[in-house]
Parts: sequence; structure tokens; C-alpha cells
Amino acid sequence: MAIEKSPLQIYLEHLERGELAYQFSLDAGRPVFFPRVLCPFTGSTRLEWRISSGQGSVHATTTVHPPEGPPYNVALIDCDEGFRLMSRVVDVAPELVGIGMRVSMRVHRPCGGDAPYPVFAPMERA
Amino acid sequence: MDGLVRGGAAVVGVAESDLGQVAQGLSPIDLMAQGIDRALADCGLALKDVDGLFCAATQSRLSVLALSEYLGIDPSFLGSTIVGGSSFEYHVAHAMVAIAAGLCQVAVIAYGSTQRSVGRRQASAREINPYETPFKPFLPASAYALAASRHMHEFGTTREQLAAVAVAARDWALLNPVAWEKTPLTIADVLAARMVSYPFTVRDCCLVTDGGGAIVVTSAERARSLKKPPVYVLGCGQSVTHASISSMPDLTVTGALKSGRTAYEMAGLGPVDVDVAELYDAFTINTILFLEDLGFCKKGEGGAFVAGGRIGPKGSLAVNTNGGGLSYCHPGMYGLLLLIEAVRQLRGECGARQVEGCDVAIAHGNGGVLSSQATVILGTQATV
Repeated sequence: MAIEKSPLQIYLEHLERGELAYQFSLDAGRPVFFPRVLCPFTGSTRLEWRISSGQGSVHATTTVHPPEGPPYNVALIDCDEGFRLMSRVVDVAPELVGIGMRVSMRVHRPCGGDAPYPVFAPMERA
Repeated sequence: MDGLVRGGAAVVGVAESDLGQVAQGLSPIDLMAQGIDRALADCGLALKDVDGLFCAATQSRLSVLALSEYLGIDPSFLGSTIVGGSSFEYHVAHAMVAIAAGLCQVAVIAYGSTQRSVGRRQASAREINPYETPFKPFLPASAYALAASRHMHEFGTTREQLAAVAVAARDWALLNPVAWEKTPLTIADVLAARMVSYPFTVRDCCLVTDGGGAIVVTSAERARSLKKPPVYVLGCGQSVTHASISSMPDLTVTGALKSGRTAYEMAGLGPVDVDVAELYDAFTINTILFLEDLGFCKKGEGGAFVAGGRIGPKGSLAVNTNGGGLSYCHPGMYGLLLLIEAVRQLRGECGARQVEGCDVAIAHGNGGVLSSQATVILGTQATV
């Protein structure tokens, strides 16, 4: 059976709707990210799309100092559902992004028609 | 590694090509050919003896074809596995298998790069990863910086400890006449240098140079009749854990743990037996991670281990004795140069930077963003 829609296309369509989607491997019983056509833990193709709460914690962080322009953050985020992705923590000075910081996702829509992508902002302290 | 025989093959010839900034218009294949010519002269063999050919390059998509054409040979066996800077450590194992199976007798492994001359953008095609590229990580530095951030968080590793790796590399480089860097470096210099991707300044990052070289591998039996004392391949191991840093299973544990174990097991040796360690230092965190994962110290203790000049010329463990990717030469995929230095140390050819009583060397290659790890353990006649 041919693949009708690529994993990337489905992921991007969710982002267009403001959602961070990930896959869940029914055979491995654990999440899979980045999206793909088979589960890297079992080889199974039974991958179910799920929507993340968008909440997670900073797992690793760096501040990039480009030759021109201001420094910016690049981080790995552990989402509460148990998958990890690269992103950028915004609304806070990049050097203040700390490992373990609780963050929440919002979709960034770049101008110029590039694909949307998820960024994370620090959550208000409860 | 099952199927390989400890000491079954030996490295018999080694040579660097021109390094640093090479003459205008030289191609990566020119540098491979120069390295091959020199490496064959080193062991007393000729091009007509070569029937196995291995190479990898970022500037030539079908590099082993380009090299075969250039040399005018039709190899019985060829390989161009490309897994980043550790490619050549993989090639050693592949050459050993091919020689053991009778598929070739004399294998050459070559590398060439003109990334300094042509610029990094020209030397490596930019790849788009839709799950990483939008965030503009400065690759590869930012990937290694993310790993460093975890090591600092989990184990209290400091920027000063990272800097100590760069200082040790520089101290070794000052003893190496062909090293790119010629001036002393202090921890304060490293910390005060231009920030690239925190916690790395430009001094925590490898050089961007031209360079290349070649090594010649043959059977142990044939090796004994050649010009120089054979350097035997005692152990090989490899591991691939991921391709992109966001998929690395544990940012503080590399595939060197597995590749090292496999190589040690084959060699029947352990870290305590190693006299000199050539560990791929693309960034200062690498050396710390590989010292830990290859068993020279415990996980998390690498920062303390490298402090106080312990891995420098006056230290207790000789690490990256040519000055490493940080201060000697880093032409993009540095792994071949690790093997060349390890062989020269075992032959006692290293002059001012020679490690006394060197019988066992480890050459540990790293590729991608801590992605592909390959360990080769080499030894003198005394070890077989």
C-alpha cells in the first residue's frame, strides 16, 4: 500500500492547527519522535498519531552566538509524554534558559511562507 | 569484533598529505594521492601492489571512483563507508576483513580535504532536517554544546575543565613541527575567546584546515617483510547511536562505550594497558566523554581527570599527542590522522612529543554529532 501522506506532512498539518503531534508505537508502548513510517524500537508500522499537551522541560540548552545578529537559544525539550525534540526557548534571555526549566509550546509561523515550527516559552510558576 | 583475528593485519605505511592551508587549486583527491605516494614510500611498496582501496570525502560524492581513476587502478576490493570523521577507523576493520578473506592483499585508506581553501560551506553540502534546521543550531558546534550542557548539569563539569582539554592539546601541538597552531594557550585565553555556542568559545572548537593522508594495511605475514616495524591491529569496535543530536539516546554517554568494549575484548586488553590515546577532539567535550566511555576514568569524572595538565605532555596519560583536531589539524574528517599519529608513536618516530615505552595505542574516531564511534587498538611486535 502506497503512503498517501508523509509523516512530515501530517506533522506540519498539525502545527498549522496549533498542535504539536507525535507518534505512539502501539507495539513498543512508547512515543516516537521524529515522525517516521516504522517504529525504531520494534520495527512495527503500527504508529498512532497523538497530540502533545505541549508541556515539558528543558533537557539541554545552548546559546548560539552568530557572527551577525543577537545570540539565540537552541534547546532539547523533553515533552511530558516522553519524547524529545529540538526547539528554541523564547520570551526569556537565551542565557537564562536552564536545564529542568518548565516550558510550554506555541507554534511559530515564520514570515516569508516557511513552514511553522514549535517554540517553547517558560511556564508561569504555579 | 567477531570474525576478525587479533593481530591478523598490520598498518605498514602512514603519511600525512600537505596540511593546514595547501596550494591553490589542489583538490581533495590530489591530497589523497600525495598521501598514498608518501605512505607507500614509507613501507617500500608501490602503487602496483595496491589492490584494496578505501576513502571517504565530503567534497567528492563518489570519492573512491575518483581516486581509482586518478591512480589508474581497478581495485579488487574497495570501500567508501562514510560516517563522518570516524570513517577511517571503520575502514581499518573493513580492510582487515577483506584481507583475511583473501579479497585483497594490500589496502590503502586515504583522505583529503581542502575545506579551509574552499570554505566550509563549499566543502560540505548543507542538509535540511525539518525537525532541527528551523532552530538554526550552529552545527556541528551546537550539537556538542548541548551534550556539554548536560555533562555540566549532571556532573558539575566546568568551562575551565573543558578549557584544560584545549590547553593540553595546544601544549602537545607546540611539540609538533607540522601543527597549525604555534603559540601557547592558557585556560584564561580559552574562556576569553569569542563565544560560538555556549559553553564553547572558538578555542573549544576544532580547527578548520585543509589536509589528508593515507595508511597502508596488509596481512601480518606480509607486514613482517616490509621496511618499517609492523603496527598490528589488535582490536576494532564500532557503534552508531543516532544521526541528529535530538535523537541521541543519552547526551552524556557515547557509542564509544560499546565500540571500546568490543575493541578491548578483541585485543584482550583494557584501558590500563594503553600507552597513548588518540581521541577525536572535534570539541573539548569529546575528549572528556571518550576518556570516560573508553574507561580511563569513571562516568562524570572526565572533567576532573583532564584538569591540572594530566593529559598534556607532562601528564600521566598521553592524549592527542599530535595536538589533536583542536591545535594540530582538522580537515573536516580527522579520523585518519588519529591512526597516523598512533602508528608513529608505536614506531617511536615522534621526536619531541614521543611517548616513552609505547606499545599499545588507541585511535578513537568520532563522526557526525557524537553519532558514529569507532575504536582501533594498535600494538607493536611486543603485543602479538
